[in-house]
Amino acid sequence: MLAKRIIAALDIKNGRVVKGTKFKNIRDAGDPVELAVRYEKEGIDEIVFLDITASFEKRKILFNLAKNVSSNLSIPFTVGGGIRKLDEIVQIIKGGADKVFINTKAVEEPEFIKEASNVLGSANLVIAIDAKWNGKFFEVYVKGGRVATDIDAVEWAKQVEELGAGEILLTSMDTDGTKNGFDRVLTRAVSAAVDIPVIASGGAGKPVHFLEAFNAGADAALAASIFHYGEFTVKSVKEYLQKKGVNVRL
Amino acid sequence: MIAIIDLGIGNLSNVKKAVNGIITDRVKDIEKADKIILPGVGAFSAVMEKLNPLRSVIIDSINRGKPFLGICLGLQLMFESSEEGKGKGLGIFKGEAVKFKNVRVPHIGWNSIIKVKESKILKGVKRGEYFYFVHSYFVKPEDREIVAAETEHQGFRFVSVVEKNNVFGVQFHPEKSGEAGKRILENFKAL
Repeated sequence: MLAKRIIAALDIKNGRVVKGTKFKNIRDAGDPVELAVRYEKEGIDEIVFLDITASFEKRKILFNLAKNVSSNLSIPFTVGGGIRKLDEIVQIIKGGADKVFINTKAVEEPEFIKEASNVLGSANLVIAIDAKWNGKFFEVYVKGGRVATDIDAVEWAKQVEELGAGEILLTSMDTDGTKNGFDRVLTRAVSAAVDIPVIASGGAGKPVHFLEAFNAGADAALAASIFHYGEFTVKSVKEYLQKKGVNVRL
Repeated sequence: MIAIIDLGIGNLSNVKKAVNGIITDRVKDIEKADKIILPGVGAFSAVMEKLNPLRSVIIDSINRGKPFLGICLGLQLMFESSEEGKGKGLGIFKGEAVKFKNVRVPHIGWNSIIKVKESKILKGVKRGEYFYFVHSYFVKPEDREIVAAETEHQGFRFVSVVEKNNVFGVQFHPEKSGEAGKRILENFKAL
């Protein structure tokens, strides 16, 4: 039986790990490769790297990041952040990443999902969706959470699945950085709407939050600061989940 | 020397590091190699162009008894065809790769394997140990004798390891499966 995954997220800027709270107030938490290796030893199932470097050298930066990580890691990892070209995707995979995620570009040009999945295979293509409750529906935001789109996240999730996405990385902008738990309503709505795996993201603060995300239908749950600052270890979260009857890799 | 066949997409440095092989797409290197690994990232039909010139050297090597290991798409390419797209597999085994139905697809994540026969490649793998999978298609061998292990996904069992004489195939990624995966690659190296 497939284990529920615990994923660590590392936000990278200029080669260093940073993590924003509510997408602001960035603090430095270290070297990406060093942290990734530490997580592997602790038993993390996967690592997601979000590169927030804005640069003309983006391709090279992403390639080097993937390469450095892959030569030190023997668990899967995903790279994304500001990806706009097929060529960038190929560079990341060539560098050694297992999966690539795209966000804004997919919203602007949905056909790009089809194109990318034809090259990569669906299973290696993740679509990241940032969503926020607007009083009527969960609205998709792009450009790092700065621009609202008037698109319904649940509808968008269905569409990306149809276009060839292999997985959805679902971040709730309402809960991100709060440490008060994942957005269960959003997670449940999207998980129920699609057949592809959904990674819940935003709001992890303690072990029970992971249980709640899995109960809401998530296949994986992603966290950053809870692990970065050593508040909880990956192992302690997994042991808690196992005790609660969740199938995890321990 | 182990030849790791480069089909154009995907980075093979993890495999390379684990088995100390060379990454190549040249017929000569494959001829000279003692063992062959066919990894695979990407779509079935997308790798055909790269695979075509290497077909005969791969088949010849296998027939001469060289150990061969297919990983993920590499396993699927060992069969005749795939629902995923056009092109012919290597046809080492009869059967095809088909898409999962009525379960969550892709099958992504850590899953365990159920051994169904004695296996050289799975030597030392403990019961319930997890491996990393990422795929939407699985193989359906005509010959059940080649099945070494299966995996369960939402109640559905599919073939995750095949083995016959010197030929092996795994649906998961041993190079991405931490310590458990390293054991598989070491088993292959030690053959």
